Amino acid sequence: MAITVKIPTQLRSVTSGEAEADVDAAATVGEVLDGLYERYDGLRERIAEDGGLRRFVNVYVQGEDIRFLDGLDTQVEDGDEVTILPAVAGG
Amino acid sequence: MASGAELIRQVKERISEVDPREVRERLDGSPSGVSANGSGPGGQPPVVVDVREQHEFEESHIPGAVHVPRGHLESRIEGASADRSRPIVLYCASGNRSALAADTLERQLGYEHVESMTGGITLWKDRGYDVEVPRALTTEQRSRYSRHLLLPEVGLEGQIKLLESKVLLLGAGGLGSPVALYLAAAGVGRLGLVDDDVVDVSNLQRQVIHTGTRVGEPKVDSAEKAIRDLNPDVEVVKYNARLDASNIMEIIEGYDVIVDGVDNFPTRYLLNDATVRLQIPVVSASILGFDGQLAVFKPYDGPCYRCLYPTPPPSELAPSCGANGVLGVLPGTMGLLQATEVIKLVTGSGDPLVGRLVLYDALATAFTDLKVRRDPECPICSRDPDSISEEEMGVFPDYEAFCAAAG
Repeated sequence: MAITVKIPTQLRSVTSGEAEADVDAAATVGEVLDGLYERYDGLRERIAEDGGLRRFVNVYVQGEDIRFLDGLDTQVEDGDEVTILPAVAGG
Repeated sequence: MASGAELIRQVKERISEVDPREVRERLDGSPSGVSANGSGPGGQPPVVVDVREQHEFEESHIPGAVHVPRGHLESRIEGASADRSRPIVLYCASGNRSALAADTLERQLGYEHVESMTGGITLWKDRGYDVEVPRALTTEQRSRYSRHLLLPEVGLEGQIKLLESKVLLLGAGGLGSPVALYLAAAGVGRLGLVDDDVVDVSNLQRQVIHTGTRVGEPKVDSAEKAIRDLNPDVEVVKYNARLDASNIMEIIEGYDVIVDGVDNFPTRYLLNDATVRLQIPVVSASILGFDGQLAVFKPYDGPCYRCLYPTPPPSELAPSCGANGVLGVLPGTMGLLQATEVIKLVTGSGDPLVGRLVLYDALATAFTDLKVRRDPECPICSRDPDSISEEEMGVFPDYEAFCAAAG
């Protein structure tokens, strides 16, 4: 088992088109994201700044916004689904 | 064998009857006089059941009465009152059918406190008491909306709410097209359309309300033609304009629900702030590529757009559909989910998508449900609506830079 991360369309240019990525051995959302930053060049600059997430990016663990949990310190477990979600304005 | 009249007389002797005056007092919650038959337990207001036929009920009925036609009494009474100990008052036109129905409820179904109202609604009206006169549908409308009328969740009441509703569509484009068509078909009374664009051939891949013969026409005119053809019940109000700070309050005021299908962030923030101030719910969707997002922002009941997205992404991460492409069917899927939420809000049925965000991934055929909470520090909806000034509406921290970059 691992943690599955859903990657939005806007970020797939840095994930070689991948819409989903599995991360092993991570205990917090921050560690999950660090795992992704190592794997995908340019992702960190897109969504993170000053050690935190940029404000237009929402991250959810099992459907809950981490802003209302423990932020990047929110605990994750094997099998959890993490969703990265920037705002979209297309109509 | 007893005659019909004889039977009714016998039934009336064994059931309890109640005068319209006392029914009215019990409904008003005022202390009732001493009833000849003893009133219900604990002064609980009775369930008032109209046992007449559909057309009689629709003509007028006692406010708050539940309709259970006598022919369906046994099968439907539990929907009106499952609790056998709760007092029930039955009425019909003159008090005969309700007497027979009361007998059935008491003797065969075990209801403990059943009364039949003497003189029926005729006496009630003679006394000058209030009745509810529901708006009636024309024969053509009965036929047009028959599939809605068959649904208990919509029914006549819901259809009338739809016919009396006012819904504003921001954008007559990808999302606005299917929303406009289906809401028009559903009989929404007034559809406002805001769009300053003209129909282009590149729109026709997804903007299904427009046609090849109307390329070059203003989108609001083209959409109006399609709506008129589909349903003459709908009044179309056109705003051939771009929504901005100078016109937003004037345009949106008075609408019951707003459907957000706009293609840019500044307008989405502006719309949010104005709708929070006026407390108008917004059914919001956005699309990009093969992905859609859907949410209902109902001010003060749930989070607002700023609770979900405190700031917009920089322009390099906020591509428009023109630059990035969109599957033509996607705004159809998302727009119809929006139309569904509008109908739920108007008719009050189901659970509207308040406090949730649904993501649709067309390639994976997957829906993801995310929770959205009210942000106690939200710059807009944590405040009193009247304190939101027009100057600050639609403003976000990097507004100048964002607009400069977006060109």
